[in-house]
Amino acid sequence: MKSRSSIALTWAASALLLLAAPRAVVAQTDCLACHADASMQDASGHSVAVDAPKFHSSIHGGLQCSDCHTAIKDYPHPDKITPVQCDTCHADEAAGLVGSVHASRAEHPCTSCHGDAHAIFPKADPRSAVYPLNVPRTCGACHGNASMAKQHGLNNVYPLYLDSIHGFALSKEGLLVAANCQSCHGSHHILSHKDPQSPTYKANVPKTCGNCHAGIAAEYMGGVHGKAIAAGELDAPVCSDCHTAHAIEQPTASAFRMQSTPICGSCHKDKFSTYRDTFHSQLGSLGGYVETARCWDCHKAHEILPASDPRSPINKANLIATCGRCHAGANRSFVQYQPHANARNRKLNPALYFIRLFMNLLLGSVLTFFMIHTVLWLIRSHYIQIKTRSANGGKNG
Amino acid sequence: MADLEQPAQESKEQNGAKERYFVRFTRAQRYLHAVLFTTFLGLAATGLPMRFSQSAWARMFASGVGGFGAIIFFHKFFAVVLTVAFLIHVKGVFQRGLVNREKGIFWGPTSMVGNWKDVKDLLGHLRWMVGLGPKPQFERYAYWEKFDYWAVFWGMIVIGFSGYAMWFAPFFARFLPGWALNAVLVIHSEEALLAILFIFSIHFVNTHLRPDSFPMDMVIFTGVESEEEFKIKRPKEYQRLAAEGKLENRIAHAPALWLTNFSRAVGAIAILIGLTLLVLTLSAYFGS
Repeated sequence: MKSRSSIALTWAASALLLLAAPRAVVAQTDCLACHADASMQDASGHSVAVDAPKFHSSIHGGLQCSDCHTAIKDYPHPDKITPVQCDTCHADEAAGLVGSVHASRAEHPCTSCHGDAHAIFPKADPRSAVYPLNVPRTCGACHGNASMAKQHGLNNVYPLYLDSIHGFALSKEGLLVAANCQSCHGSHHILSHKDPQSPTYKANVPKTCGNCHAGIAAEYMGGVHGKAIAAGELDAPVCSDCHTAHAIEQPTASAFRMQSTPICGSCHKDKFSTYRDTFHSQLGSLGGYVETARCWDCHKAHEILPASDPRSPINKANLIATCGRCHAGANRSFVQYQPHANARNRKLNPALYFIRLFMNLLLGSVLTFFMIHTVLWLIRSHYIQIKTRSANGGKNG
Repeated sequence: MADLEQPAQESKEQNGAKERYFVRFTRAQRYLHAVLFTTFLGLAATGLPMRFSQSAWARMFASGVGGFGAIIFFHKFFAVVLTVAFLIHVKGVFQRGLVNREKGIFWGPTSMVGNWKDVKDLLGHLRWMVGLGPKPQFERYAYWEKFDYWAVFWGMIVIGFSGYAMWFAPFFARFLPGWALNAVLVIHSEEALLAILFIFSIHFVNTHLRPDSFPMDMVIFTGVESEEEFKIKRPKEYQRLAAEGKLENRIAHAPALWLTNFSRAVGAIAILIGLTLLVLTLSAYFGS
């Protein structure tokens, strides 16, 4: 019995030693004796209180205070202590921050995103400031501030995101898979969209969006725009050029259909101006009636192919099917209709050109003749009226 | 014109020195004009926003009435009403001319069909305007009134046909070539623009706003006009009827006060809407 208990004691003592040996001199309980007081402040009035239960439940709850506050070895400790260096342990994250837009440690301390240093939770924990559903609010603390955005030459993106399809999926549906800021921008190594390494650099946008929208991205890369981007032609549009980066709307929504045709038109100017002359555009321009054909209804939105490609919806062989999606009963003659006819171009559309010319001449000549006729008539009638009145000794006599 | 003599039956009695009134338009003709200008205003008000769909006023108007679904619905609605009215009119003309063998429908002084006198009247009227001759003696329908009639008639066929071709494009494509579907929009919108500009400027001034009729010629609303007006505006018809001894048949009551006031209000609203649309059209036309 005696030997057994002595063995147990020896084990316990060595275990204590093993645990205590690498530990800092000052234990949590010692610090919390003072710092658990919620009203505790330093000389300059900043709170130095620690919410002990919260800290214990946090991811760092098992550490000793001096693991981070390395300058403190004894009690009493100096008033001013060196700041905590998170990168002592989190070297990878610290390396990521180097060169990023948030590289300045003074302007963007780790706590600006991760929150209260004594209440840091793993990112899968709903209490974490970087839990997917909390990320937009965390970033929005700065990026929802109009004056801050203006000062840095940025868009005030947080309100745009909140009203977007991603924002709704996240805030209304609570979808963990909904894109939050970090899904596109990354977390520590956030780069300006002007940086070719950035996931938001124009050429990288399809791949970034494709991380979730894989099917659409594959279609896009097969289309003319995707091929152009892949070939380094950065004038071609990427996802965000049509869908915007933050205020992304449901593409079937009236507002989106209204705003998108001019986006295509900003490059395809000639096609846009001829489209504007058509009934499709005239009807569709006033909103409320979203069914009229817009660019992508005929050309497709993502896998846009030239008319020469047999898979293109505007290939001659496919026109009856394409037009027929809206116009039931479309036949071979019907699809000869030119959705981009130019009545001002004699070479391309001679019949239309001369019809328009005839109509304009008719309009011009009828109106000109009757304009002169009416004006002369008015002058003469007025003259005669005055003459009659004066003859009768009227007010103009 | 047998129709014109009917209202006269009830108005043989004369009130002494009071001015005499004569029937110019039958009730059916006045109703036709009412349907025509109501649907025309409706078609113009719903058509112009489509023609100038990039203008701010067009978009505001469209969203005000419920977007394009509403605009196109009302446009088609007015088009169908006008088509029915047009067909009733055409049927009436043929009924009177071909079935009833009524004289004076297709030729003669009371016909809408142009004749040599109209050419002479036009030239004479122009000479008078510049002070080189006497004022022509107009018959029942002056040349500009005949022009108005045939412009509407032609416009109805052209705008109507091109409109229905767009409405039922797949059907019309069975016998029209593909490029015709492009052409019908150009024809429809240009001809409609001509009609709108013509009616809201030329017709308004020639018929209603010129000094002889200012601010409005009430005869198309009340159906009757005073003897003095009749003599000044259509001396030839007055003389012919007097010579034929048919003048008495056309005597009518002075228009009821309510009818005059009602007509004034309706006419003023129509002219105001027309002038507003004219200003918007011109601003969009020269603004774009």
